[in-house]
Amino acid sequence: MIDAKIPAGPLDDKWTDYKGHCKLVNPANKRKLEVIVIGTGLAGASAAASLGELGYKVKAFCFQDSPRRAHSIAAQGGINAAKNYQNDGDSVFRLFYDTIKGGDYRARESNVHRLAEVSANIIDQCVAQGVPFAREYGGLLSNRSFGGTQVQRTFYAAGQTGQQLLIGAYQALERQVALGNVKMYNRHEMLDIVNIDGKTRGIIARDLVSGKLERHFGHAVLLCSGGYGNVFYLSTNAMGSNVTAAWKAHKKGAAFANPCFTQIHPTCIPVSGDHQSKLTLMSESLRNDGRIWVPKKQGETRKAVDIPEEERDYYLERRYPAFGNLVPRDVASRAAKERCDAGFGVGTSKQAVYLDFAEAIVRYGKIEVGKEGRENVSEEDIIVLGKEVVKEKYGNLFDMYEKITGENPYELPMRIYPAVHYTMGGLWVDYELQTSVKGLYALGEANFSDHGANRLGASALMQGLADGYFVIPYTLGNYLADEIYSKAIPTDHPAFVEAEKEVSDRINTLMNIKGSQSVESLHKRLGKIMWDKCGMARNAEGLKQAIEEIKALKKEFWSDVKIPGIINEYNPELDKANRVADFIELGELMCIDALNRNESCGGHFREEYQTPEGEALRDDANYMYVAAWEFKSEGNWELHKEPLKYEVIKPTQRNYK
Amino acid sequence: MEHYNMNLTLKIWRQKNKDDKGGFQSYQVKDISSEMSFLEMLDVLNEQLIHSGQDPIAFDHDCREGICGMCSLYINGKPHGEWKGNTTCQLHMRAFKDGETVTIEPWRAKAFPVIKDLIVDRSPFDRIIQAGGYISVNTGNAVDGNSLPINKDKADASFAAAMCIGCGACVAACKNSSAMLFLSAKVAHLALLPQGEPERHSRVMNMVAQMDKEGFGACTNTGACEATCPKEISIANIARLNLEYLTASIVAEK
Repeated sequence: MIDAKIPAGPLDDKWTDYKGHCKLVNPANKRKLEVIVIGTGLAGASAAASLGELGYKVKAFCFQDSPRRAHSIAAQGGINAAKNYQNDGDSVFRLFYDTIKGGDYRARESNVHRLAEVSANIIDQCVAQGVPFAREYGGLLSNRSFGGTQVQRTFYAAGQTGQQLLIGAYQALERQVALGNVKMYNRHEMLDIVNIDGKTRGIIARDLVSGKLERHFGHAVLLCSGGYGNVFYLSTNAMGSNVTAAWKAHKKGAAFANPCFTQIHPTCIPVSGDHQSKLTLMSESLRNDGRIWVPKKQGETRKAVDIPEEERDYYLERRYPAFGNLVPRDVASRAAKERCDAGFGVGTSKQAVYLDFAEAIVRYGKIEVGKEGRENVSEEDIIVLGKEVVKEKYGNLFDMYEKITGENPYELPMRIYPAVHYTMGGLWVDYELQTSVKGLYALGEANFSDHGANRLGASALMQGLADGYFVIPYTLGNYLADEIYSKAIPTDHPAFVEAEKEVSDRINTLMNIKGSQSVESLHKRLGKIMWDKCGMARNAEGLKQAIEEIKALKKEFWSDVKIPGIINEYNPELDKANRVADFIELGELMCIDALNRNESCGGHFREEYQTPEGEALRDDANYMYVAAWEFKSEGNWELHKEPLKYEVIKPTQRNYK
Repeated sequence: MEHYNMNLTLKIWRQKNKDDKGGFQSYQVKDISSEMSFLEMLDVLNEQLIHSGQDPIAFDHDCREGICGMCSLYINGKPHGEWKGNTTCQLHMRAFKDGETVTIEPWRAKAFPVIKDLIVDRSPFDRIIQAGGYISVNTGNAVDGNSLPINKDKADASFAAAMCIGCGACVAACKNSSAMLFLSAKVAHLALLPQGEPERHSRVMNMVAQMDKEGFGACTNTGACEATCPKEISIANIARLNLEYLTASIVAEK
């Protein structure tokens, strides 16, 4: 069922060789080939725009009111690229190596190497589109560091890099809309795929405003629908981010890979109460200058500023002197949890650690004083100057923090705690980004391919745009070249009729339950099960309990959910119910996958498998594979294993000490 | 920070669909924590409505961290509420006092028709971008990013304009329902960069024409847009837009 189709030959040449030999579609035929793109984040918008430019007939769908609102917009810190503009020893190989190592040796070498190869093109493309990256005074592009690396290869636009990259891709997309190459469907949600003779040939979508179901034909369908972090209810994802498109594809034959690989981001604003609807990230870039610490005394009651230096435990610097505060996310998150669980947490909930900029402010202040050649400058003036520098670097993040917490991070250290942020797992894809169903592709966070068991910071934007701008235009052509004789299938074909009926039946069933519990309250309960038992730390017993609890919750959902309103109108509660029903099923598979993987790697930490120092303990002999799950029937999956072969890199115990 | 709970009266605009006349309805919410966001307060109300068998309030929202531009409420007569440089989703309940009455309306502009309750149709903004809010460069045509050094001040000014989140608060705040701040932010973003130069004149002409076609009003320099913009986009961009438009008009007449 799964064949990764990795091209033969040396790693360095695979992509070049592939591009040189893949099939092409001539311009006259491209006009006859229709492509459906689901989602308009970085992967979807860049794919839709690039395919439109090539001359394919593209239809793009997003559930938001405009493609510009996809959640890529919220990515803050930056985008990696092996440009080596800093002359600090970076190279394609090093970016490839860092990404594989950061992913704890659970990603495919060939895909990651290609990602590193095209990374530099992404920056060039974005600059050409007018993305206003941060620049130095000489007018050249600026870089900063991110976790898990020792070079400066991250390009950024203040703390709004995702926004600027997405606006670039959105503008390219709108240009194609204006040219008539792409037709855009806003406020539409994909609710099923349509397979005909073993190939995906279209989708069923719901117009969220009218509630009407629509059938759309495509010679190929690209799922660029993002990740599934909202299975945890609380996450840094947008409220609407969901797994539905990917899950429907899964139930129609696409294998789902490594669902238990989820990323808990170490620096988020802590939960403040039961009312909490989402969590907000504080960019990893802050760890360049912020120092993370907790008091050395358990149950400390003094304010942060009253705790003297010698009574603070900078635990990341202590445990990981080589990388310090810039260890990868999984390592930083677990370390924060360890300190809080041991009773050293801060804030009212005691589920938080400090991220402190006091030292950085003084350091930058002194640099400014030095630049101006001033002498006898008071400590206060140095701090004022330093705050200005910090403001330029992180101003929008500091403002966001203050709005949410009511505290001023220029004066007090931030309180942060890990939160669900990204999902490395996703639809299984081969080298060409094709899922296990022909004609069905998955790009960006929706696929599983590049980040292994842990994604490095500033690599999600890179992957989304690599897939959309530079990979799919080639690999899709290789498939569509054989489809030039396939005429568009009319949407009254029985497969379309049947798929629409299935969707419609399910919606009717949901509406007719007329139970007593709101969708939101059931989603919250699912989130709690997932966070407690399939979150930052997992164990076999907890996972087994979680599976039972989720099964019970599923029954409860389908017998007692309450959805107000009617079908044929704008009904956000119904939209949510559709999504939460899928999250529940996914949650079960995540726990099954976590239970199957009897090792710890990256973000997947099984308490039974750790080193004496509490680090993740991999089991390469038994688990160096991609777990690709095939849906058989409700609550029943078959595991397919794609062995990971490391031909260039030699897997070792990750060491950031 | 002192936290407290409050009870509020909410006067909310309800409208079944675009053809419905619509009107205000009052609701009570109790024990709202000052730590909640404004939208979390509406979540509480919606849970209450669902349980009592009423239709919940429809409002647009997504990222809830002030960047997607989806949320869009007129709160006590101000787009996105009282706080400066802020979106509705980042407005927190400590901005309100116990016992207060809060009035919540959708954006009001002819070009943004109401879809339901507090949700409006902002697709005119997409069409304005389609008219020219881009640089015509296909994928794969780019030269090395550093082959084109850009003056830092200009790059920073371009970024400051590009921060626009397309929420439409500027239109809602303007007594003329003008989209000039939104439009000018895009024109300035691209005009300040050398990459935007080749299409500089056609871009501004086409985008302005589209704005007029969509039914937005004219700008009379009142400045309500700048005062309300969650990203504090400067009205100086409108001056730049006018300059660009004038220059383009002269060039076009040649």
